[in-house]
Amino acid sequence: MDSAEVEETLKRIQSQKGVQGIIIVNSEGIPIKSTMDNSSTAQYAGLIHQLVMTARSTVRDMDPQNDLTFLRVRSKKNEIMIAPEKDYFLIVIQNPSD
Amino acid sequence: LNEEPHGRGLIHPTDQAELTEAELNEEFTRILTANNPHAPQNIARYSFKERSFKPIIVDQMAVHFVLESNLLHKDSDEARRLMATPVEDGGEAEEAGEEDRPDSVASKADKKELKVTNQFNFSERASQTLNNPLRERYCQTEPPLRSNFSATANQWEIYDAYQEELQKQEKNKEKQKAAPSKKDEEKNKNMHKLSCFSQSDDISKVGKAAKILERMVSQNTYDDIAQDFKYFEDASDDFRGQKGTLLPLWKFRYDKAKGLSVTALCWNKKYQDLFAVGMGSYDFLKQGQGMLIVYSLKNPAFPEYVYSTASGVLCLDIHKQRSYLVAIGFYDGSVAVYNLKEKGQEPVYKSTPKTGQHTDPVWQVRWQDDDIDNYHNFYSVSSDGRVVSWTLFKHELVFTDIITLPLHGAISEKPQCLQCCFLYTACGTSLDFHKQTDFLFLVGTEEGKIHKCSKLYSTKYLETYCAHSLSIYAVKWNHFHPEVFISCSSDWTIVVWDHLINTPMLIFDLKDPVADVAWSPYSSTVFAAVTTDGTVHVFDLSVNKYEPICQQPVVPKKKTKLTHIEFNPIYPIVIVGDDRGFVTSLKLSPNLRKKPKRKPTVNTACDISFKIDM
Repeated sequence: MDSAEVEETLKRIQSQKGVQGIIIVNSEGIPIKSTMDNSSTAQYAGLIHQLVMTARSTVRDMDPQNDLTFLRVRSKKNEIMIAPEKDYFLIVIQNPSD
Repeated sequence: LNEEPHGRGLIHPTDQAELTEAELNEEFTRILTANNPHAPQNIARYSFKERSFKPIIVDQMAVHFVLESNLLHKDSDEARRLMATPVEDGGEAEEAGEEDRPDSVASKADKKELKVTNQFNFSERASQTLNNPLRERYCQTEPPLRSNFSATANQWEIYDAYQEELQKQEKNKEKQKAAPSKKDEEKNKNMHKLSCFSQSDDISKVGKAAKILERMVSQNTYDDIAQDFKYFEDASDDFRGQKGTLLPLWKFRYDKAKGLSVTALCWNKKYQDLFAVGMGSYDFLKQGQGMLIVYSLKNPAFPEYVYSTASGVLCLDIHKQRSYLVAIGFYDGSVAVYNLKEKGQEPVYKSTPKTGQHTDPVWQVRWQDDDIDNYHNFYSVSSDGRVVSWTLFKHELVFTDIITLPLHGAISEKPQCLQCCFLYTACGTSLDFHKQTDFLFLVGTEEGKIHKCSKLYSTKYLETYCAHSLSIYAVKWNHFHPEVFISCSSDWTIVVWDHLINTPMLIFDLKDPVADVAWSPYSSTVFAAVTTDGTVHVFDLSVNKYEPICQQPVVPKKKTKLTHIEFNPIYPIVIVGDDRGFVTSLKLSPNLRKKPKRKPTVNTACDISFKIDM
């Protein structure tokens, strides 16, 4: 997929019902692209980076050949979906009941 | 006291002791001895060599005064030695030598010959060169940068490191094996450039993740439909008797395909959530572009693949084993094969007017099993009356005419010109191959006749079935029963046939042109049809041979015409296409998907023919 296609996919995700924001975070936990405001982007990026790292090392500690592919956090107010790739991870926050 | 500072008398310190004359004149005798009172006499030190304490002898002598003199006692050894060397001491030494050494007479003569230096004319010169001034020179280097490094190593980090190392080794091996030619180097460079490019291109790396997240988001959005698809069973079927209902699930629509109608539907046999939609137009005054769209049930919001074509798509088929190959027939008479794995909008194979493409719209394409040489091949039928087999060679599509449909039974004379050809040929509109006997196939025509043909006879029909009075829209062999097939036509009827009998077994009149009909993949007696008034009809011959068990309009407006219907190979759903470009998926209620009860002796296939014959 080239970047134009990805951009378009991201746009489509953003336009879906109940999607509150998309954040792309690099491996250091620094947000490189976001559709949310600065403060919540920084907060989400920092916290979720920690969470992903913990989750990944949990999975990999159990079996080094295994790896984390997705993380869905369902909360009362929304659902946070995280897709960790090699160097980046993608966070989508959706309110499914909207 | 006042005078004292001015006087020249001695200044006495104030606390000086007053002494009498006698005391001052008193003599004290002090003797200097050579004994050093400070030198210790009793030091012992532990010797590790001898493993005992050893006294250390310190020099006890104190030296009070030393004066080097130039006087020597005449009788001392040193004086004698000096006197024995007369060269330095001159005449006196000679005399001394005479006195001391009576045996030196013989040597006298020799001594006189020696050149005596003139001791008065002797001068010694010395000069001192300038001392090089001392110079100190130093410089300071910058201290090397220091950084603290700390890391934790756990099992998987070690594993990753090893994996990386292994990969490196493999790469090195490959490099050694393939002697790097220039081309390779260039390639490597290009690859490097590409990789650099991709590194700088941040977003494209999350492509896959974005795709899956899109599916997740739409799973959340269409959660109720997904639940219905998976778990909902219409409980009201119990009270409906034999009848059933259709539950609308997702609706598929692509904005850019607006104005086009669905002209073909095909499920992917390997990935059962994937289906292809052909977009074109049945309005032959308004022909334009077409489109091939591949949707997945996992993402109803947006298609997985989109290919736009110059001409309208009229039919398509997905290869059964190689599910990435899609054959397409176009309105302009050409056929093409798209490979979903390849990037780009162009088909991998496309027929040209030079390579025997049809002169009229292609109405049906069907993949065949690979031929003896393992080449993929498919068949197409067109209203120019030809059935053509297309073989996919490496870079080209090679055609073979299988049959030119003669209008009246057999071809009496070979037509001389193209125009005659049109006059004498029937217009094929649909095609289906027998499920077991692979040389046997059916061709439906615009005249309403169905011809049973064989790949082996190119001049003759094996059988002709006449029951329809208008154009045939679809012919389909039954999935289970080897002799039964079904056809539908714009003359409002569906006909069920036994191919060994040339009269119809069952005729159903649906009071509207029947655009498509399809056998179910789970039961030999169930089929579904769509009519142009927007209704889906589902029949189960084992339940009712005269009436459909479900008849349900599925599009909002009466104007919308349904064009195609397909059963999913495993899930209990059908997809229905309409002329406004929508594809609707419908779930069959339990009554519509009853599997035939297996009887111990009679199999399901015989069951249907038995019932039909009744």
